Amino acid sequence: MKQLTFVLLLISLSVVIIIGIGLTFKSVPLFESFNIWNLLTDKVWSPMKGKFGFLPFIAGTLSVTLVALVIAIPLCILTSIYLTEYGSKTLKNTILPLINVLAAIPPVLYGVWGVLFIVPAIQSYIAPIFAVSTSGYTILAGGIVLAVMIFPIMISIMVEVLKTVPTELKSASLSLGATKWETIQQVILRKAKPGLIAAIVLAISRAFGETVAVLMVCGNVPKIPTSIFDAGYPIPALIANNFGEMMSIPLYDSALMFSALLLFVIIFGFNLISRIILNKLEGKHNG
Amino acid sequence: MASLKTRLLKEKIAKGFMHLSGMLVTGSLFFIVGTILYKGLPYLSWEMISQLPKGGFYIGKEGGILNAILGSLYLAGVATLLATLIGVPIALFLNIYINTASKLAQFSKLMFDILYGIPSIVYGAVGFTIMVYFGIRASLLGGIITITLLTIPIVVRTVDELIKTVPTDLKNVTLSLGATNWEVAKVFLLHIKPGILTAILLAFGRSIGDVAGVLLTTGFSDNLPRYIDEPAATLPLAIFFQLSSPIPEVQGRAYASALILTFIILIIVICTHILSSKQNKHKI
Repeated sequence: MKQLTFVLLLISLSVVIIIGIGLTFKSVPLFESFNIWNLLTDKVWSPMKGKFGFLPFIAGTLSVTLVALVIAIPLCILTSIYLTEYGSKTLKNTILPLINVLAAIPPVLYGVWGVLFIVPAIQSYIAPIFAVSTSGYTILAGGIVLAVMIFPIMISIMVEVLKTVPTELKSASLSLGATKWETIQQVILRKAKPGLIAAIVLAISRAFGETVAVLMVCGNVPKIPTSIFDAGYPIPALIANNFGEMMSIPLYDSALMFSALLLFVIIFGFNLISRIILNKLEGKHNG
Repeated sequence: MASLKTRLLKEKIAKGFMHLSGMLVTGSLFFIVGTILYKGLPYLSWEMISQLPKGGFYIGKEGGILNAILGSLYLAGVATLLATLIGVPIALFLNIYINTASKLAQFSKLMFDILYGIPSIVYGAVGFTIMVYFGIRASLLGGIITITLLTIPIVVRTVDELIKTVPTDLKNVTLSLGATNWEVAKVFLLHIKPGILTAILLAFGRSIGDVAGVLLTTGFSDNLPRYIDEPAATLPLAIFFQLSSPIPEVQGRAYASALILTFIILIIVICTHILSSKQNKHKI
């Protein structure tokens, strides 16, 4: 049994290596023709003419993620503080399972919701406030849908992190006459900062890789967006939209595999950093 | 320092904001499910569930989405089975056969955490590359390979968390009675049985909902796959493709598919909830 399970473990772990090596291997033809720096900073994406500039997609990914974070971070921090500091047990037992349901909803359903609700809302209600006319398929729509998608991961980790703040610290602050809110600001948030940042970084990596939901609502125009009411084109959407035709154009498949590699490397790095921080925190708490 | 009155006022305002965010976060769930129910219910009929689409999924008007429902069940079922058969032994190995504090165990857990976070589009791209390499065309098989890789980390992580709740004394007592590691593993398995079902359900939920991974590897078909090397439709792909159709009937099929997928997911969530409370009762 021991040998068998060990072999299974090795095979499963080698998936990391297979992904890394496989994608690098497939991207090599692109590197042979282009300089990696030029690929990342070039603005023109036109595979038929042999131009592979990834900047519009990088800008698209970054802007959608940024909008999502601006929406999600304050909401999630406030909600998790409320749950850990003020919420009764019954409230926690009602809200946390509901948030788990949110985590279980597949991306494509978020996409459906985005197309049916968020996009029309932006087109007919939000954009007119700013005197912009748009189809609704925008960075903003992608950001909102993505924000809701990262609620569960952010809140569940933040709640865990806030739980690790020792009660003695809170009691000391309260007994000095600080109000509960002051204790939260001055003591709890400060103490929990590394953990909260780790939760945000994990959420960023989730947001970076999210494909279908964002693809369905953000317009997919390979240009650098200049406002949140512009359409955007994130990297995962690039892979999903074009894999069908990539085999017929030279270097196209290589370029798409390079974008997958890019995602893999960024997300691997982000995950690694935040997991190490979170594991350390957990260890401290137990010990 | 400001007077107590203003300080307490600040506290009140902050609490108000917290209330508001909590409501927004939980409200978004009802918003999503509500939107899908509202759009999907009018289109849900027995014909939808029991018939194959007629005359092409994009232009055809008649028929239902049986191909996608069954395709999804085949794909998610087999992938979940494989992921369980691979994932559960790995979790047992990491906790029973080797010391949990060892470098190998720590490193492996970190890697599974990272694999868990890798987006499914990357798995899809890798699965696609593997398929091209071995000459497999877009098919149920390709999808199963990709989705199995995607779900192994979920099973490992969940079962690992479960085993942590089993008291170490149980392991020591069993070992001191002269049991082998495999017998200890069996005792543990008995102990976390409801929890393992939870892990399986979680993996099943993730596989049945995934779209980026199957988009590149499974293809799409209006018929039921008879063999494993044929392309197959899945519910998420049916939603994804049919939603962009200009024909109202086809769009309706997308809404109905979304509703059915939501039902499946909600059933899974409810079962998970029941099972995990059962697991908690099991606690010593």
